[in-house]
Amino acid sequence: MLACSELSFSYDTKKTFNFPSFSCEKGETLLILGNSGTGKTTLLHLLALLLTPNGGSIKINNNELATLSAKEATKMRANHLGIIYQKPHFVSSLSVLDNLLLANYLADRKESKEQAQKLATNLGIVGLLDKKTSMLSGGEQQRVSIARALMNNPDVILADEPTSNLDDENCEKVIQLLENQSKNIGAALVIVTHDQRLKDNFKNIITL
Amino acid sequence: MTLGIAMISLLMLLGKQLQDKFAKNISGIDLVVGAKGSPLQLILSSVYQIDNPTGNVYLDDVAAIAQNPLVKEMIPLSMGDNYQGFRIVGTNKKYFEHFKAKIASGKMFKGNLEVVLGASTAQNANLKVGDTFASSHGLDSEGEKHAENNYKVVGVLEYNNSVVDNLILTSLNSVWNIHEHKDEHHEEEVADSTIKREITSAIIKFRSPMGMMTMPRNINQNSKLQAAVPAIEVNRLFELLGIGIEGLQFLAAVIMLISGISVFVSLYNSLKERKYEMALMLSMGASRTRLFLMLLLEGIILSLLGFIAGIALSRIGIYLISNALSKKFHFDVSQFSLQTGEIYLFVGALLVGILAAAIPSIGIYRINISKTLATE
Repeated sequence: MLACSELSFSYDTKKTFNFPSFSCEKGETLLILGNSGTGKTTLLHLLALLLTPNGGSIKINNNELATLSAKEATKMRANHLGIIYQKPHFVSSLSVLDNLLLANYLADRKESKEQAQKLATNLGIVGLLDKKTSMLSGGEQQRVSIARALMNNPDVILADEPTSNLDDENCEKVIQLLENQSKNIGAALVIVTHDQRLKDNFKNIITL
Repeated sequence: MTLGIAMISLLMLLGKQLQDKFAKNISGIDLVVGAKGSPLQLILSSVYQIDNPTGNVYLDDVAAIAQNPLVKEMIPLSMGDNYQGFRIVGTNKKYFEHFKAKIASGKMFKGNLEVVLGASTAQNANLKVGDTFASSHGLDSEGEKHAENNYKVVGVLEYNNSVVDNLILTSLNSVWNIHEHKDEHHEEEVADSTIKREITSAIIKFRSPMGMMTMPRNINQNSKLQAAVPAIEVNRLFELLGIGIEGLQFLAAVIMLISGISVFVSLYNSLKERKYEMALMLSMGASRTRLFLMLLLEGIILSLLGFIAGIALSRIGIYLISNALSKKFHFDVSQFSLQTGEIYLFVGALLVGILAAAIPSIGIYRINISKTLATE
């Protein structure tokens, strides 16, 4: 499903990140652990096609993505990747439901209320759909982020520190939900984190 | 934004309506003849019924002028009394014909002390056909009352949107009678006021423009009377008023410019605050052009709302001013339609909005998605 080999990236000439090769199959979960400054977020942004690597390859379903143009990358990202950012950010003027539908809208897909309803039910946020995102708690916001990432049935879900702002209980819940949901839609799940609590939950672990 | 537009629109409306009003009332009046004094005062008092009259003149003198073959029509006016601030004007049927005033109820005055009311007068003074009232001397309602003789309302005019609306019209004889009666009590005045009939002024229409060329000069130089041409005096008045209105319009334009800048600043700040939001939407598949157009639309909607609110505000303003004016001067200013000037104003407001939105929104094209998402 997702395969990367010998990715490298540098912000400036002084320091170059070289990432190990890895792959992640459909329905599997890959945990990428690393302390601050080891290039976790850089790697995630490379995978999310927000940054273009200096070398190496990223393949999803055997399509090479590292060499896509900015426009193609945007389309690819919108339709095949679900991204959960470290801090749950939303379009603050829209309700939870509209934030979910926005994912459909911006990917030029049909806005599917059923999908939003279904995901909200699975994630236990169905009662929050009409609220403004700023009124939610941290755990709730993170769940809405997950729902948004899943709106377009992506092939790969990328999560950047999804649990770092959550307490143990919520951390456990969120990880469970993430794993279940990605299994449900058959997506590969990549979690990038420094959160050592997650180490025991996963088999596939890469340390940067 | 709203404030600037409201002010400009208000000034436009006010200027136009004043001009309309003034123009309508002088149409067809070529010359006003009255006592010597300020020509502007003569016009204001005789045509618009707002200033005090310049004094009285003898009817015979005016009639002599009317004998001139160039004169088509002479309408005598006699003022001096009022009822609750509404002027009682003694005149004849030609005055009605001139203003195309039609009787809405009742009939024309015929006998002594019968009056016909203008539409606004009837409404504001709460009088109807059959009522009687005592007039007060002078032109403000505090004057001494002619309590012995009551006027009788025999007719009410249709709403005419001219100066007639705010008048009480009666025959010349009625005005003379009222004052003769009074004069009996003040014997010293009897001597000069009863020998010759007096009027306040007269409206004169000419047969041809030739009259305009020669008559005013002739009258001013060779008689005790004064002749004033309404068109000239009103133009002079507007030249004076125009400076004020232009100054205010300039001020309003500055306000609009400042509001444009404030829209600019607030959009710029909001874009800064929403940079993450924008980066997020970009990462979710929105194109930069799409977001740019979205922000532009926001600016357009803002200025559109500003425009609508401004127009609404100016209408409310004009309504209030009109209320205040009609109490003071018995001037009715009511016209709420969109002016052509306001269409230019609309285009201007839209341009300011678009410009103020476009400049900060160009920043959309410079957002580094990865950096913004990683750092903020």
